[in-house]
Amino acid sequence: MSKLMFERPTITRLNPGVPSKHGVGTVVAPLPFIDGVKVDDLLDKYGSPLYVFSERTIRKGMEDIKRAFNLRYQKVQMAWSYKTNYLDSICRIFHQEGSWAEVVSGFEYDKAIGNGVKGENIIFNGPGKSINDLEKAVRNGSFIHIDHIDELFMLSDVCQRKNIEARVAVRVNMDIGIYPKWDRFGLNYENGEAWDAINRIMMNPKLKLMGLHTHIGTYIMSVDAYRVAATKLADLTYNIAQKFDHHISYIDMGGGFASKNTLRGAYLSGEDTTPSFDEYAEAITSAIINSQIKPDKLPTLILETGRALIDNAGYIAGSVLANKHLSDGHRATIVDVGVNLLFTSFWYDHKIHPVSIHSGLVEETTIFGPLCMNIDVIRPSLMFPALKRGDRFVITRTGAYNNTQWLQFITTRPNVVLIDQNREVHVIRRAETLENISANEVIPEYLG
Amino acid sequence: MLIKGNIALSENGFVFNPSTGDSFTLNNIGKEVLMLIKEGKNISQITDLLLGKYDVDKISLERYLSDFVNDLSVNNLLEE
Repeated sequence: MSKLMFERPTITRLNPGVPSKHGVGTVVAPLPFIDGVKVDDLLDKYGSPLYVFSERTIRKGMEDIKRAFNLRYQKVQMAWSYKTNYLDSICRIFHQEGSWAEVVSGFEYDKAIGNGVKGENIIFNGPGKSINDLEKAVRNGSFIHIDHIDELFMLSDVCQRKNIEARVAVRVNMDIGIYPKWDRFGLNYENGEAWDAINRIMMNPKLKLMGLHTHIGTYIMSVDAYRVAATKLADLTYNIAQKFDHHISYIDMGGGFASKNTLRGAYLSGEDTTPSFDEYAEAITSAIINSQIKPDKLPTLILETGRALIDNAGYIAGSVLANKHLSDGHRATIVDVGVNLLFTSFWYDHKIHPVSIHSGLVEETTIFGPLCMNIDVIRPSLMFPALKRGDRFVITRTGAYNNTQWLQFITTRPNVVLIDQNREVHVIRRAETLENISANEVIPEYLG
Repeated sequence: MLIKGNIALSENGFVFNPSTGDSFTLNNIGKEVLMLIKEGKNISQITDLLLGKYDVDKISLERYLSDFVNDLSVNNLLEE
């Protein structure tokens, strides 16, 4: 006779304090499959921990956002935000779905070219473009989004010296009634800096003003903030047409749409509070359509949505390394996923699911990563079932920023796999080795 | 090792300590262990019983049982 599944014995004190206003207990559902593939099989084959991406979820997200915007506005162009996730396979899925590339460095620019994106379909943002970056982008016909006046002069100088013509847009920052005000990128709307830059560009024969761009912040929960921003860019568009009889090709509303992750310290779950693509689309498109811009001159609307499109498609699967009690009796579980792999645990209360079914009873637990560093906390406190050493779990909505801001710290980074639409699993980034990490080190002869 | 005499343990794993007013819940295995302790079994007997019934190795089981007994003690459920 086979033996019964074992769960470590637990006792949990019941605290008769303020009841949950929602009146329901904590339910931690197991997650044994990702896109129909057994998590246990994935971990057995590719090791623990493991990054997993769902191609189906990525394509579904693109379908949803395109539907929401195309329903309301006739010319919409997506541009994949490379810094959110620049694993080449991930980028290529977005490009197959029709996205251009939105890059913020020469490194990302070269990655986009390597992924087969035409230069004229690359948007080059960011405050740190080098002269060489600028010249390359101009020659390729990419859209250069000017971040500051120094860059405008630098670009003008490059174009004069090389006798080339640049397609440019102005990144505009503005007060949209929310905190924090993102004024470190771009040129300001209210103090006239943006208008000044626009005038200089319009009078420079080497610079062709193609568009206006703003990026109002990150994880923006207020759709009205987008309405205000789109209204201000539409006003600038109208003013350019009035003064120069020049009709720009596009308005780029940047990114910043929230994913369904829950921000640390938020009272309500992101699943309940995050606006839908339809709500964002309604705010942005109605502001542009209702502006003074003539209907036949309406510019293309570009969106650089990153987080909201890739967060939901990413998972990290891992294993429990140990359980312990802290000095006050609080339960702690140590897992093999640390902040080196899950940078976003500094921002989010990530959901963690056991892979196998459990008794349903949960206890207050702190989840620590495996790094020998005090900051390595995945969840300071959550209600979690009594997992034991070797038990497996899945952390959800990890697709944004964790494969770009990850740290090669203390240990190497694990395999990344993609589950395609036919449930085939592909390694899209091999686990690092010590040799990979040491390859660029040079030891002076006297230390040899 | 003895559970305090006045501790109430219900069939569905609810524990009540009338002298402090504290109440607790147990998971299924926690309930089973507490009942065996109440019946007067010692840790070694409980270990043997659970090893025969559940899919777990001896070292892990001993470690989790000792942890659980420590929890009972911290929560004032064991006789001094």
